Parts: sequence; C-alpha cells; structure tokens
Amino acid sequence: MTSIAFRRKATDRIMKALFLLSAFLVILPLFLIFFDLLWKGAKELKWSLLTDLPRPVGEPGGGIANGILGTLTVTGLAMAGGIPLAVLTGIYLAEYGKGAFASVVRFAVDLLAGVPSIILGIFGYVLWVLPMKRFSAWAGASALAMIFIPIVVRTTEEMLKTVPVSVREGALALGIERWKTTLFITVRTAAAGIITGILLAMARILGETAPLLFTALGNQFWQTGLDQPIATIPLQVFSYAISPYDDWHGKAWAGAVVLILMVLVLSTVARLLTRTRK
Amino acid sequence: MARPIARVPATGKMKVGANIKDFLFEKTTALFALCVLGLTLLLFALLIRESLPAIRKFGVTFVTNSTWDPVLEEFAALPFLYGTLVSSFLAILIAVPLGVGSAIFINEFAPGWLKTPISFLAELLAAIPSVIYGLWGIFVLVPILRDNFMKPVSRALGWIPLFQGPVYGPSMLAAGVLLAIMVVPFILSVSREVLATVPQVQKEAVLSLGGTHWEMIRIVIGQHCIPGIFGATILGLGRALGETMAVTMVIGNRPDIVLSLFQPGYSMAAVIANEFTEATGDLYLSALVEIGLVLFLLTIVVNLAAKWILTRMVPGRAGR
Amino acid sequence: MDNAIEVKKLSAWFGDHQVLREITMGIRRNSVTSVMGPSGCGKSTFIRCLNRMHDLTPGFRMTGEVLFDGRNVISEKVDPVFLRRKVGMVFQQPNPFPRMSVFANVAVGLRFNGKGKSKSEIVEVVERSLRMAALWDEVKDHLDQMGSSLSGGQQQRLCIARALAVEPEVLLMDEPCSALDPVSTSKIEDLIEDLSEKYTIVVVTHNMQQAARISDSVAFFLLGELVEMDKSAKMFTNPSDRRTEEYITGRFG
Repeated sequence: MTSIAFRRKATDRIMKALFLLSAFLVILPLFLIFFDLLWKGAKELKWSLLTDLPRPVGEPGGGIANGILGTLTVTGLAMAGGIPLAVLTGIYLAEYGKGAFASVVRFAVDLLAGVPSIILGIFGYVLWVLPMKRFSAWAGASALAMIFIPIVVRTTEEMLKTVPVSVREGALALGIERWKTTLFITVRTAAAGIITGILLAMARILGETAPLLFTALGNQFWQTGLDQPIATIPLQVFSYAISPYDDWHGKAWAGAVVLILMVLVLSTVARLLTRTRK
Repeated sequence: MARPIARVPATGKMKVGANIKDFLFEKTTALFALCVLGLTLLLFALLIRESLPAIRKFGVTFVTNSTWDPVLEEFAALPFLYGTLVSSFLAILIAVPLGVGSAIFINEFAPGWLKTPISFLAELLAAIPSVIYGLWGIFVLVPILRDNFMKPVSRALGWIPLFQGPVYGPSMLAAGVLLAIMVVPFILSVSREVLATVPQVQKEAVLSLGGTHWEMIRIVIGQHCIPGIFGATILGLGRALGETMAVTMVIGNRPDIVLSLFQPGYSMAAVIANEFTEATGDLYLSALVEIGLVLFLLTIVVNLAAKWILTRMVPGRAGR
Repeated sequence: MDNAIEVKKLSAWFGDHQVLREITMGIRRNSVTSVMGPSGCGKSTFIRCLNRMHDLTPGFRMTGEVLFDGRNVISEKVDPVFLRRKVGMVFQQPNPFPRMSVFANVAVGLRFNGKGKSKSEIVEVVERSLRMAALWDEVKDHLDQMGSSLSGGQQQRLCIARALAVEPEVLLMDEPCSALDPVSTSKIEDLIEDLSEKYTIVVVTHNMQQAARISDSVAFFLLGELVEMDKSAKMFTNPSDRRTEEYITGRFG
C-alpha cells in the first residue's frame, strides 16, 4: 500500500474508534447513575419508606409517604386542568388551524415549551402565592400545568395530523357531521398517540422540582388541603440531598429510586400503547 | 345562470348557517386555544410587572454590575449571567462532539440490532429528572472530578488562570460536565434526525469512488449537515441555559466572577431557586424576578435563533 | 323509470381553473350509470359534486343545479349532511376506519346519524348490509376483528356495506376496483349488478371493458365536458360523437 492509502485507512480506523468512544461515553453515565441508584438507594428501601412520614434527624425509620401522595396530587391537579386545555387546543390547531390566529397560538405554544421551569415557578408564585398569602398545591399545579400544556398540544396536533384524509372523507361521506367526525372518528383513530403524549408529559412533570420550590414549597406532614403547602418526592429528594446529614442522604437516594421507577413505568406504558395497537 | 350558488371561502370553513353544532364545536376549540395563548401572555405580563421596581431602580446596571447585596439592597445580575453562560457553553463544548459523534456511530456504524437499544438508552437518559442528576452530581460526579481531575490538574497546572484556586469540588466545571451529560441525549436525537436527511445516493456515490467510510462522512455529511448540527447546538444551548436543579446542586452557589473553572460559581436559575423563599423586601423579590425575566428573554432569543436555522437551512424539517 | 338525479348545467371551478363545463344529464333510478373518460376529464370531480364532498375544499365553486328529491342540493341552503345520508360514496382506495372492528365499521353511520336506533336494530342492519355486500359469510364469525385486517377486496366490500347501512338511495363509486386484484374486481362487479335492483349506482371508471360489462348507461367526459351519454350498448358499438369513437377505439386516453 502506498503511504497515502495507508494514512487514509488509518484515519478511517481512528475516526471509527472515536465515534464508538463517544457513543460509549454518552451511554456510560446512564449505567453509572442507575448503578448508584440501586446500590445507594436499595439500602434504604423498606416498606416504611413508602408508608411513613418524614422523621427528624437521628430518629430511625421515616419515609416519603406524604411525598408520594403529594406528587400524585399536584400532578393530578395539573393534568385535570391541562388535559382539556391542551387536547382541545391541539384539536383546534389540527382541524381548523390554517389562519393567522392559529399561527400565533402555535408560536405561543412553542415559546411556552422553551421556558425554563423555574420561571414557571415564579408564575405560580405571583398568580397564587402572593394573593393567597400562602404556598399551596394549587400554585404548584398551575406551574406544572404550564409545562404540561405545550407538550400535549404539540403531540395532540401531530397525532391528529397523521390521520389520513381518507378516514375523514369516509366519515363525512356517510353523512356524519363534521364535529362528530372530528371527535369520534379522527380523534378516536389518533387516540393511542394522544394518550401516549399525555403519559409522557405526565412522566415529565412528575419529576419536576424547580417550579415547586416556591409554589408547593414542601411539607413535613400530610396534606391538610389543596390550599396548603404540599410535599412531593422531588422536593424531598432535593432537601434530603443538600442536608448535612448522612442518613438523610440515604433517604434522598431511596426517594430517587421511587421517583425514577414511577417515571420509567409511565414512560414504558406510554410507549407500549403505540406499539401494540396496529 | 352565472350567479354562483355554492361558494366556499379560501380558508375552507363552511358557511355559518350550514350547521350550528359544527360552528359551536369549532369556536369552542378556538376558545381553548385562546386560553392557552392568554396564559402565555399572562406569563409575560406578570414577569414584567413584578420586575418593574427593580428595572426602575437599577436600569441597565442590573446586567453590568456585580454586587448582589440583599442587606444593602443593591442588586446586579452579572455574576449569575456569567455563570449561566459559562456553564452552558462549557456543557455545549463537551456535549456537541460527543452527541454528534454518537449520532454518527448509531446511524452509520452500529449493527442493526444495536440501534434500537442504544436509542432506547438515550431516551432513558433524557427522561431522568433533573434533581436525580443533581443528587448523583453531588455524591458521585463531584468527588470523582475533584479527586481524579481537579486536584491533580490544580497541582500541576494551578498557575493557569483556568485552573487556579483551592479545589472544593462544587465548581463551574462540575456544573458544565453535569449539564453536558443532561444535554447530550437531546443533541444526539436531533443530530440523528439531521443525519438521516442526507440522501443515500450521495453517500453511495462517494463510497463507489473508493472513499473510506470516514471520508464519506466527512465530505457528504459535512456538506449537508453543518447547518442542522449548528441548529441542534443552539437548541441544546437553550436547554442548558434554563437548567436549574442539577446546576444549583453542584455549582457551589457563590456569586463571584472568576476565570477559574475549578471555582464555585452561580447561575441565574440557581439564585432564583435558592433565594426566592428567603427574599425579604419587595426590591429583593423584584430583583429575583428580573433575573427570571432576563433568563426568559435569553432562552427565547436562543430558541428562536435555533428554530430559524433549522427551518431555513435544513430540508424537510418543519419548524420544531 | 324516472331520474333519481337530474343535473342541469353544472359547472365547477378550482379557484380560477374551470374543471366542469355545463354538465347536463339525467341519472336513471335503480340502474348503473358509468362515467368514463381519460385522466383529468373531470369525472371524479363530477361525482364528488353530487354528494358535496367539495364543500371542504378551499377555493371550490359550483354553479348550476343538481336536482335530487325535488331540490337543488348544491344550493347553500341545503345541509350536505342530509344529502350524504341519501347519496353514499365508496372511494378508490378502500378506507375502513382504522382501529375499529368490522362490526363497528358498518355500524358507524347508524351510531352517529342521530336516528337513535336500538342495539338490536343495529345488529340487524349490520348483518343485512354485510349480506348485501356479499361479505357476510366471510366475516360472520369474525365481526370483532379489525377492519384493516381484511384483504383489499374484502375491505372494499366492507366499505360498501358501511355505505349501505345508512340506507341511501344512490351509491356513488369512484373507481372502486382500480386498487384491487381481478378476482376481487369481478366479485364487486357482480355485486354492483345485484345492488342496482334496489339502488341507483353511479360508477366512475377508466376501464372501458368494465363500463361495458356493468352499466346500463354510460357518460363520456372529456376535458370537463359531457361529450355523449347513452345506453351502454349503443355507446360502445355506435357512438354518435367522433371523440367518443376515438376514445373507445383507443386513439387517446
């Protein structure tokens, strides 16, 4: 081989190795993180973690039960408001969205999708905490809803647009009214995809901490009302992690395991939905 | 009979009289869309309203001065702006080569059976909540970085400004590396999309002329994909700028402007996260909200730039 | 026998481009009328005017009259929904509703027509429609399976059953066999013959042999104009217009 050919071949091999290395480096943290989660979190994983309230430092036991309930509560609240708003907006954009108004709405949704979540916490604070003069689940839920809505608007619109025109035409040709066609035929055809989008958005807001720092605030005890501060798992993981106590660090890892499990289960269910239905 | 009897306007909407229920349905969905638009406008309005006191008091000095003193009620955001920008740029510096490199690997070199698992793993990385990255950052990443990289480098090269100062652990470097890990899956997936737009025929043309695989990548993909990769970079930057929890847990939270990557720093999102609930006094709160407004505007500009690049310069990518 | 549909000077435009020029014809009740012509002659556009499928096309305009049931149905005052329940359509590509069973596909029109039929009535109508579409025997034990799991020919018969379930008077068929294999095609052609005893059928086809096989009358379209319309036998053996003769003998199209 000439020296040029040798050099070209060598370069080729080196570059291939570099690409392989980068893929490896990208995936490596995932394994490290999961390994650490299992190793450090498993130690603290007892039933009491899931059923107990947090205890003061030094006392044995203690758990994140209020955080689990709180997470479900604010997530549920955010979705209760977010799903109708987002899905109907997605329907509007997909079925009627050809004019200037629709373009403005799309632009606003894209904008909202890029907002750092801490700023949505400010939104919740100004909207709810200031007038109510207290931290509350409502405030937290409204901040989470602002994260939830843009995701679901986009996925709903995308999924509806994948329904072929022939399906709509078939329904209209039967004498089914336009609104019924949209709601019962088009949306139904895209339903699996729309639900997947909702579940993935839910998995995202489950894990959010920043927007809840000064809206939901966190709580050592059970929720007494939706207008009170409320604990969530991410908030608990955060406060345990930055505390100076070792046993609380262990609880942070355990809480993280519970959290990641919830996120993983949801994400998997969401993706299975669009895979099995054919 | 030249008078038109049935006419459909250009937007394709049926005439009002045709069916009242269709009309109501359309207008109801439009109403919800209007609400979503309204929420976005409300966000803007509230941010501006709450920052006004600070804006009026400090004006432009808010982004040029470095004093952050709640006691004296002097607020300026430069240290946080500096920290946000430096940590994010550092993250991009690390994440883009890795992200693009892995994208090339997956698309071009990985055997078929490997592609799905790797994509799945990358998706998993993207789904991990930020606070968990932060947790891992505090207890695993920072010690590893500190003991295996920062301390030795500081001993050997501590006279270079980038590496100066005592090594605690939490630092700009730690934040940059952690951010890179968080942003890389995103750059990976966008890069893969961009790489997939390269026409197969062009790739085959280079290979059939005797080019090596790497040369084909360099020539064909390099030609086609630079704008798209650039757009992906800017999008990734937008993500990194707004990241809060992971950064605040490893950056050290010290509002100083120093060149050294080994020193603690602070970011805009982190200071809001840390000090919002402690903010006594309206001016303090207003200053924090103004930081939020600056961050918001920064991410808007960056995201718009990315969108513009991606829609104009990449064929087949419809405005995401 | 009278005309189920009377078309008078129907013209149509997509924006500024005229696609139909003063079509005047009568469609006989309970017979098979074919509409044939080369690509782009306006035949698909024409039958879509008959059930107002163009209502959702931006920039589309129609003038003239289409008389059905004594009314000009292309007038803005007529609700197209009611028209479409009397004038059904089967499309070129079979389009059963995805993610819905065979049964649900046929029942859809009934469920959403607002006529409030009871569950047992629906079951009855579904069976009757599937029988009329010559599909019942093949699917009667699998009514729950997805509509999309049927073969192409079966899917098209499913679409026919679906259209018949709402009990129309007229059935419009836009090249119903062009996406199907010859066996399925001949099954559907037999079906069309049977159905014409109870329904008025209008079939768009680019296949002359098919038009000759199945229809009672044939209308020949060219460049948006109705060139000639007559009994099928006469059209193919002794057409009056020279353009018809040229098309039939294969000089163009």
